[in-house]
Amino acid sequence: MQWESWNAFWEMGGAGPFVWGSYAVTAVLVTMELVMVLRGRSETVRRLLRLRRVTAGQESGRRSRDRA
Amino acid sequence: MSALPSPFAAVLRRDLLLAWRGRADVLVTLAFFVVVVCLFPFGVGAEPNLLRAIAPGVLWVAALLATLLSLHRLFAQDHADGTLEQLLLTPEPTVLWVTAKVAAHWIATGLPLVLVAPGLALLFDVEQGALPILTLSLALGTPILALLGAVGAALTLGLRGGGMLLALLVLPLFVPVLIFGAGAVDAYLSGSGADAHLLLLGGGLLGALALAPFACAAALRIALE
Amino acid sequence: MRETTITTSRPEPRSLLRFAAPQMFYPLAGRLAPWFATVALVLTLAGLWLAFFVAPTDAQQGEVYRVIFIHVPAAWMSMFIYLVMAFWSAVGLVMNTRLSFLMSRALAPTGAMFCFVALWTGALWGKPTWGAYWVWDARLTSQLLLLFLYLGFMALTTAIEDPRRSDRAGAIIALVGAVNVPIIYFSVKWWNTLHQGASVSLTEAPSMAATMLAGMLVMALAAWAYSIAVALWRVRALILERERHTEWVGAELTAQEGKL
Repeated sequence: MQWESWNAFWEMGGAGPFVWGSYAVTAVLVTMELVMVLRGRSETVRRLLRLRRVTAGQESGRRSRDRA
Repeated sequence: MSALPSPFAAVLRRDLLLAWRGRADVLVTLAFFVVVVCLFPFGVGAEPNLLRAIAPGVLWVAALLATLLSLHRLFAQDHADGTLEQLLLTPEPTVLWVTAKVAAHWIATGLPLVLVAPGLALLFDVEQGALPILTLSLALGTPILALLGAVGAALTLGLRGGGMLLALLVLPLFVPVLIFGAGAVDAYLSGSGADAHLLLLGGGLLGALALAPFACAAALRIALE
Repeated sequence: MRETTITTSRPEPRSLLRFAAPQMFYPLAGRLAPWFATVALVLTLAGLWLAFFVAPTDAQQGEVYRVIFIHVPAAWMSMFIYLVMAFWSAVGLVMNTRLSFLMSRALAPTGAMFCFVALWTGALWGKPTWGAYWVWDARLTSQLLLLFLYLGFMALTTAIEDPRRSDRAGAIIALVGAVNVPIIYFSVKWWNTLHQGASVSLTEAPSMAATMLAGMLVMALAAWAYSIAVALWRVRALILERERHTEWVGAELTAQEGKL
């Protein structure tokens, strides 16, 4: 497929907005999904670590109260 | 020989009795149906040809929405007072009394819609010959809606915001029933005959009767274990 | 539960079923996902090259047809992913394996995303070709209802807090939806041909040049590899969340803490 010029490629025979609108939105959604998945994992790890610290803190607090 | 009624009959009788005692609640569903149907002329204009054309769709969509809104009463009350758990604990097959509950629910909420729809159709000047087709399509279709809706109601039992969630879950499943139900009347009016549509609805009803109670029973067990 | 046999000589053969345990699957998924992601990237680049620099201008539709290189793979994937979701739901209900339910949940957002992409690209293809963004064509309408099924699954599983109930309720609605998908498609097709005079088909490229088909297939494979990678990554986070009370997750968290 030979394009006459960069302009021809960009305009897609007049259907430029439709073609590039499709590809652009898809790229955005795929990127968003990747970001959300990979960030979601580190957020989960952080949240679970915080949860672990909190429950450990509560446990030791309870134990020291029991001993007292 | 046993003098005791079968579990199906017992639950059916109980639910019908409860529906009768709480008939104000049941009549609200019917009133909603009538009001929604009457809204459309205000929205699209009172031009007779237009109203005649949209009548089957409007009646069907209104019946669908009324069914949806009435689904909460299927399990909610029994769930609240613990009867549902008791029913699940009995040795009787769950699908039996679940079918009875849905049947009672349809008799109380769906059947009135079927009976009133022809009268409402006259408001839209629907051709008289089409009225039996309309009634039959609703008579076959509203039980399917009740059966499918029961599965949704069981899945969303006790959830916050359950009503909206139930609608989201169940409306896509309703679409084929709507297509064939409203389509039956249109097919009759356009001369091609409603036989295929009505037969498909009948088949759908049999299929739903065979399968939905099992899905519903499974969903209830999941919700209450 | 398999009982360990006490043997003195032969070790027990390791079966693939051991990966049904979240603890075993977690590292496996971690190793596999980057491979699938790389394959997806390579295939996407190849597909895009085919789409824009190999496939010729279409005789009837000009250049706008190039949207099919996204539209058709997205539509295929949205339906395929739903079937896989239904499969894992069934496996979970029958074999009572937590991981199956987690896999279902991990797949849903990607399926919904592809569904939306199919609808969006379908609309953008329809406007220049048929004059309207939406013509209630049978395939696109079925795609719309499929999106609602996905959203319903995601809404239900999110709304139920108890994990066991959430897993199983989601599995039921996924299966009920799967049974209904052919019914919905058939009824919408019927409805569309009765109510519309001309049959408007947005996914038929009448004379499909070999290069066009090749481009579509490559993009479809890319989408498939991408879906697997994303689902594996997502399920790892779900496993950590779900198994957070176990020792191995505790150890994993401690290991991750060092990296944060």
